[in-house]
Amino acid sequence: MALLQIAEPGQSAAPHERKLAVGIDLGTTNSLAATVRSGEAQTLADINGEHLLPSVAYYAEDGSVEIGSAAMIHAAEDPYNTIISVKRLMGRGVEDVLSFGDELPYRFAPGEGGMPFIETQAGPRSPVQVSADILRALRVRAEQSLDGVLAGAVITVPAYFDDAQRQATKDAARLAGLNVLRLLNEPTAAAVAYGLDQGDEGVIAIYDLGGGTFDISVLRLSRGVFEVLATGGDSALGGDDFDYALARWMLKESGIELEPNAQQARYLTTLARRVKEQLSAEDCVELVLELDGQSQGLSISREQFDSVIEPLVKKTLRACRRALKDAGVSADEVREVVMVGGSTRVPLVRARVGELFGREPHIEIDPDRVVAIGAALQADVLAGNKPDSEMLLLDVIPLSLGLETMGGLVEKVIHRNTAIPVARGQEFTTYQDGQTAMAIHVVQGERELVTDCRSLARFVLRGIPPMAAGAAKIRVTFQIDADGLLSVSAQELSTGIESSIQVKPSYGLTDNEIAGMLKDSFSHAEEDMAARALREQQVEAGRLVDALEAAMAQDGELLDEQETAALSEAITELRNVAGGGDAAAIEAGVQSLAKLSDEFAARRMDKGIQRALQGHRVDELGKELK
Amino acid sequence: MDMTRNYFELFDLEPGFDVDQALLSERYRALQKQWHPDRFAHLSERERRLAVQYTAHINEALATLKSPLRRAQYLLLLAGRDTHGESGAQLDPMFLMQQMELRERLAQASDHADPESELDTLREQADAELRSLLAEFVSLFSHQDLDGAEKVVRKLQFVTKLHKEIELLEDRLLDD
Repeated sequence: MALLQIAEPGQSAAPHERKLAVGIDLGTTNSLAATVRSGEAQTLADINGEHLLPSVAYYAEDGSVEIGSAAMIHAAEDPYNTIISVKRLMGRGVEDVLSFGDELPYRFAPGEGGMPFIETQAGPRSPVQVSADILRALRVRAEQSLDGVLAGAVITVPAYFDDAQRQATKDAARLAGLNVLRLLNEPTAAAVAYGLDQGDEGVIAIYDLGGGTFDISVLRLSRGVFEVLATGGDSALGGDDFDYALARWMLKESGIELEPNAQQARYLTTLARRVKEQLSAEDCVELVLELDGQSQGLSISREQFDSVIEPLVKKTLRACRRALKDAGVSADEVREVVMVGGSTRVPLVRARVGELFGREPHIEIDPDRVVAIGAALQADVLAGNKPDSEMLLLDVIPLSLGLETMGGLVEKVIHRNTAIPVARGQEFTTYQDGQTAMAIHVVQGERELVTDCRSLARFVLRGIPPMAAGAAKIRVTFQIDADGLLSVSAQELSTGIESSIQVKPSYGLTDNEIAGMLKDSFSHAEEDMAARALREQQVEAGRLVDALEAAMAQDGELLDEQETAALSEAITELRNVAGGGDAAAIEAGVQSLAKLSDEFAARRMDKGIQRALQGHRVDELGKELK
Repeated sequence: MDMTRNYFELFDLEPGFDVDQALLSERYRALQKQWHPDRFAHLSERERRLAVQYTAHINEALATLKSPLRRAQYLLLLAGRDTHGESGAQLDPMFLMQQMELRERLAQASDHADPESELDTLREQADAELRSLLAEFVSLFSHQDLDGAEKVVRKLQFVTKLHKEIELLEDRLLDD
C-alpha cells in the first residue's frame, strides 16, 4: 500500500498531465497488455507486431531468461527449464503442486515458507518470480511503445482466485516494478470491454474459460455501475485440462504402451492442443503419433473429442447453475451471455453454454483480448485520466472466509459473494481457565472442516489476561479491500491488547525470500522498495519509541533505576540509527529495543490484569468457544 | 459520511420489515458511486483508507437490509433487543422436535435412494417454514410484541441454518 505514496521521478502531479496506465491480462497460456490511446483501448504489440505474449519462460544455463515465443521454442526438448502454465502454481503449496502430478513436469523444491520452487538450470525459481518475469516483459513492451514510465497497472485475476493466489499475483507485479492500481476480476474486466456500460441495463453472465482457470460471474448493469451479484468457478480447470484429457485418450487409442516421461508428456499435450484447435473448425483430424520409436496413425473426430471433454464442460455448467442460484436470478433473466478466454472457441463449450442460458453467447470481441481491454479502461479511470467517468465496478469475495474453532471446525465470518470492501468482526472466547494466548487460524473455502479448506494464515494473540474459561472476549476482525485482499486483526476487549497481520498465505513468500528476489530484480522497483523498506522501519522505530516513552511516563515505578537507564540509553540509540538510511540497522535496533522492553511490558500487563480482574465474579463464567 | 445513522436512514428508507429491494439497490449504487475507493484511487493513502471504511459500512448495511433474517434481527436491535448472542429463551418443544426430525433426515439424505429429490423435499419444507415464520414476525413486530418477535427470530435462525446445510449438501452432491 505504502508503495503508492512514493512519487515516481518525473511524475509530478500536474493537473492535466495524462498518466500512462495499462491493463494487463496475466493468463495461463498467453498474457498481454492494453492501454487507452486517443479515447480507445487497444492491445500493445511487440516489435514483430505480435499482441499475445505466450506465458512461457525459459531459464538458460547462464542465468538469462527468455519470455514468450522465444522461450516456447525450448518447450518440447527442454521441459524442465521451460516453464509453462505457471499461473496454475500461483499461491499454491508444495502439496498442491505435487498433486498436479505428471501434468506439469517440473522438479520442485520447497522454499522457506512452504512455497514450491521450480528447479531450473539457472537456479530455483518461485512461481511468483516466473510470473514477475512475464510481467516485466510486458512492462518493458508498454514503456517502449508508450515512450514513458508507467504510473500504474490494473492486473486481472480469475474471479475465483483465493486470497493466496491474489497475494501471489500482487507480489509478482511488485517484483516486476509495477505499481498495482487494482487487481481486477477477469469476468468483470470482460464486461467492461464489451461496452455493456453504455446505457445498457439488466443482468448479464460472463463465462470465462481460459487455459487453466474457469470463472462464471453474474452481474447487474445499471448506468455505468457493474455490480457483481455472484461469482463461481474453478481455479484449476481450463483448456489445458482438455489437452491433458485428449493426450491420455490419444495414447490409449494408439495402443502404444508406455508411461510417458516429461519430454513425451510435453510432446503429447502439444499435439493434443493442436488437434483440439483444428477440431474447432474441422470435423475430423488425422495425425501420426511418434513415440518411443513407434509410430501409429490416428483419426480423431469432433464427436470423439466432445465425449472426452464432456465431463469437464459439465463441471463448468454446474458452477454456472450455482452462481445463478447465489445471485438469486434464473437463467432466463440473464439478458446477455459473454464468452471470454481462448477455450470458449471449442464448439461443444459454446453449444452447452447456449443451451443453459437459452441464448446465443456473445463472441464479437476476440476472447483472448477482451480481458486486457477491459483492464485498460479501468486503469485509465483509476489513474485519474477520466474524472467524469460514471464507471464503477463493484465486486464480491468468491470464497467464504472463516476461522478455525474447537474440533477443527470452521466458523464462517464472511460468506462467499459478499460485496467488497467489507469489514466484519466476530467474538470468540477462551477455552481453558487462565488461558493467555489464542491461536488464530484463518481459512478460506465452503466446507465445514478446516482440513477441507485452504489455510491462509496463522497468528497468535498473546497477553490475554488469565481469566476463567469463557470470560475473555476476543474480537477478530476481517477486512477485505477492493482488490479482494484480506487483513485480519484480533483484539482482547477488556484490555485492548491487539494483534494484526496483513495476511500472508501460510505457504507464501517469506520476507527473506522477497528481499532476496528484490536484490536480484533490477529497475526502479528496487529503489522504490528500498525507500519503502527504510520508511517503514523508520515509522516502526518512531512508533515503538513513542509507545515506550509513554509507558515509562505512566508506569515508571515498575522499573528500577538500572532498568530505566538501560531503556533510556537504547531509546537514544535507536533514535540515532533511525535518522540514518540503513533499513536493516533500524530493524535490528527496533528488535533489540522491543526485546529489552519485553519484561517491562509483561509487568505492565500484570498490573493491567489486576485492574481488569477486579469486579469480575468467576462463577458466572464458563462458556466454550462460541 | 455519517456512520452513526442507522441503515434505514443511510439508504433513506422507511424503517420497517418491508423494504423495496429495487429502491434499496438503486440507493446502494448511488452511495457506492460517491464513496467507493476507486473514486479515490489517485488520491492519498488516508482518503483511500477512509473510503474503504465507508464502503465496507455501506456493504454491511446492504447485506443487512437485503436478508430477511438479518433485517428482522436489525429491527429488534434498533428496538433494544440483541439477538446475535446466545439466549436462555425456551423455544416450544413442538418446534424443536420438528427441527430435530428434519436434521435427522438431512443427516441421512446422502444415503437415500434418491438423494436429490429427498433434498428437494427438505428444502421445500424449510422454505415454507421460513415464509410462515417471517409472516409471523411481521405481525408480532407490528403489534410491538417484542418478546414474541424475538422468539420467532430465534426460530428463524434455526431454520436458516438448516437451509444453509441443505444447500451445502446439495453443492457437495453436485461435485461428486
